[in-house]
Amino acid sequence: MESHQDDTGSKIGMWLFLLSEILLFGGLFILYSSYRYKNPADFHLAAWELNRALGTLNTLILITSSLFMALSIYFLRKGGRNLSMLFLCATIFLGLLFLGVKYVEWTAKIGHGLYPNSLRLLGRSKGEILFYGLYYSTTGLHGLHVLVGLLILSVMLVLMMKGKVNENRFIPLENTGLYWHLVDIIWIFLFPLFYLIP
Amino acid sequence: MAKNGVLEPAHSITSFYKYQGKYHGTFAWILSTDHKRIGLLYLFSILLFFSVAVFFGFLMRLKLIAPGFALMKPQMYNAIFTLHGIIQIFLVVIPAIPAIFGNFFLPIQIGARDMAFPRVNLLSWWLYASGAIIVFLSLFTGGGPVDTGWTFYAPYSLRTTVNVPLAVFGVFVLGMSSILTGVNLVTTTHWLRAPGMSWFRLPLFVWGIYATAWVQILATPVIAITLVLIMIERYFGVGVFDPAKGGDPILYQHLFWIYSHPAVYIIILPAMGVISEVIPVFARKNIYGYKAIAFSSIAIASVGSLVWGHHMFVSGQSDLASVIFSLLTFLVAVPSAIKVFNWVATLYKGSIELKPPMLFALTFIFLFSIGGLTGLIQGALAVNMHLHDTYWVVGHFHYIIFGGMGFGFLAAIHYWFPKMFGKMYNWKRAAWGWLILFIGFNVLYFPMLILGWEGMPRRYYDYPPQFHTLHLISTIGSWILIAGLIWIFFNLFQALRKGERAGDNPWGGATLEWQIPSPPPMENFEKIPTVEKGPYEFGSLRIEKL
Repeated sequence: MESHQDDTGSKIGMWLFLLSEILLFGGLFILYSSYRYKNPADFHLAAWELNRALGTLNTLILITSSLFMALSIYFLRKGGRNLSMLFLCATIFLGLLFLGVKYVEWTAKIGHGLYPNSLRLLGRSKGEILFYGLYYSTTGLHGLHVLVGLLILSVMLVLMMKGKVNENRFIPLENTGLYWHLVDIIWIFLFPLFYLIP
Repeated sequence: MAKNGVLEPAHSITSFYKYQGKYHGTFAWILSTDHKRIGLLYLFSILLFFSVAVFFGFLMRLKLIAPGFALMKPQMYNAIFTLHGIIQIFLVVIPAIPAIFGNFFLPIQIGARDMAFPRVNLLSWWLYASGAIIVFLSLFTGGGPVDTGWTFYAPYSLRTTVNVPLAVFGVFVLGMSSILTGVNLVTTTHWLRAPGMSWFRLPLFVWGIYATAWVQILATPVIAITLVLIMIERYFGVGVFDPAKGGDPILYQHLFWIYSHPAVYIIILPAMGVISEVIPVFARKNIYGYKAIAFSSIAIASVGSLVWGHHMFVSGQSDLASVIFSLLTFLVAVPSAIKVFNWVATLYKGSIELKPPMLFALTFIFLFSIGGLTGLIQGALAVNMHLHDTYWVVGHFHYIIFGGMGFGFLAAIHYWFPKMFGKMYNWKRAAWGWLILFIGFNVLYFPMLILGWEGMPRRYYDYPPQFHTLHLISTIGSWILIAGLIWIFFNLFQALRKGERAGDNPWGGATLEWQIPSPPPMENFEKIPTVEKGPYEFGSLRIEKL
């Protein structure tokens, strides 16, 4: 069989897939808004306990990683494969850093006995239980997406080292970038919802 | 480029069955990225699961043959109606037409060599097969087969001791398969149409599949997250659907139906597409109201995504919400009716040939109309209080799903069989099969409408004696229906083994799949065609005399 390469097709497909990802998180956002509407005071109380400093740090990390991702694509298209790979490595590094910070954050919360079904949490109000339930589910699912993103980024790195993704065939990297930006954008919505709205 | 590549003739003259690819034997099938082979993989896996689910349905009806008849324990009965639902909905009727015929014929009908993403297409089938295996594994592991009904309603699904997480995970994987199929079909329709194949020259089957694919992309993720939350809930107890922790089971129902009502349109729209193909071909007449049919598919897909709350009229959702959902439910009937009227108008003064595909297509219109009208009755708020969760609803949706989608599927397989396999089946025997099935269908499901009207609740293990006669009739109907199915598929398998060679265009169709050899060559077209006329301009094309 002849090998097919169809740039516009791949991009259409990627955008459609991203739409479905947005709707996946959409379900969680619906739950969040509905439960927040029902338990405003409890949500307020619980949100106050999250570590805003670490949340802000993670937002900065992820936004910067998106910038590096965009630069990596930019340089690949310009023909600067080494520079592109450098920025890709930086993106991967920041992604790992994000997960590291997340780990620290979760560990601290779990250390305080605040995790689903913990005695301490069950002793609290229903709104707070729901807040933490949603916090763990949503950031957990988002973390999983970061992990998958990192996996794809690493595959891209290997493909670039082998020269299979290059200045003439950069759509795979662009699509990876689209996915990475989506993960970033979802975080940009998660962050104020869980950390900032008092 | 798939768009206008020219291939060596060696590729194009051998049929896709004989084409020797990289792999041999079974691997030539389960590792093939050819859209036709993948379509057939789906066909045979879906038929396998269909027969399993029919068997469960048979057991259910047998149990209900008489009050107090103890064929099985109540727990077993709960598991059987649940499995019947899960398998029929998620493994059979949702993927059936898009994944089998959409895969096989959409690329050919728009003049493409394959789907936009052949490897993703194969991945979809693998996900489908894995999802199916996981669902079947859930029967024998953990706490045993699920007993929640196919809806997995919280909080029961959070508390029951049976193997909910694994079954739910299986359905989640099936959802991923469905999303990827949707992405593939939308991209293919947008991007791989042959020169001259403008949007209004697309066969109406393509319009049906296209609208469906959008629903697959946009609605499936919502059930995916809902099912993930059921799993998280069971393993970690986060509480989002658990009333003891402040969670709201009604929200579960909302999220579930945000997908599962549109799923009804994933089921019926492709079947409507099939009917829009078959009717003009066998009425030898251009379709009446092409654009109305095409746009009504889009209208059904969009309005149909906003009616989910009519499954929840007695759940305690707000009255205002119920009123709006009821209104929208009435609205979504309009585009469906537009289709029905256009099909009937196409028949008017046509030169009708009652060949087997046409028999199934006409029956579709009749049964779908009953299904649709009964749907309106229960969509009215006051009446719904009386009919909710009764056999009326069971009767209604079987008229839509089996009477609509099922007969649409049978129309499709009888219409495209000669193209897919290059063989023709026995028409007379197919017509007998149709008659038996049609009788069995109505004997099985019509009594359910009456039973429900009289107050028989659905999913009950037993019933008082006054319902005996109708239940008995219904059970006898199930035997006739199964006999009809066996007859129909036996006839088709006979044709596979020793059917006469079918010509390239036995029905005199004007769409592209009929202009290429039967079975189609490996990459469909020797040269990508340039389309110059609409899909139902028959000109001098005639139905072959066999």
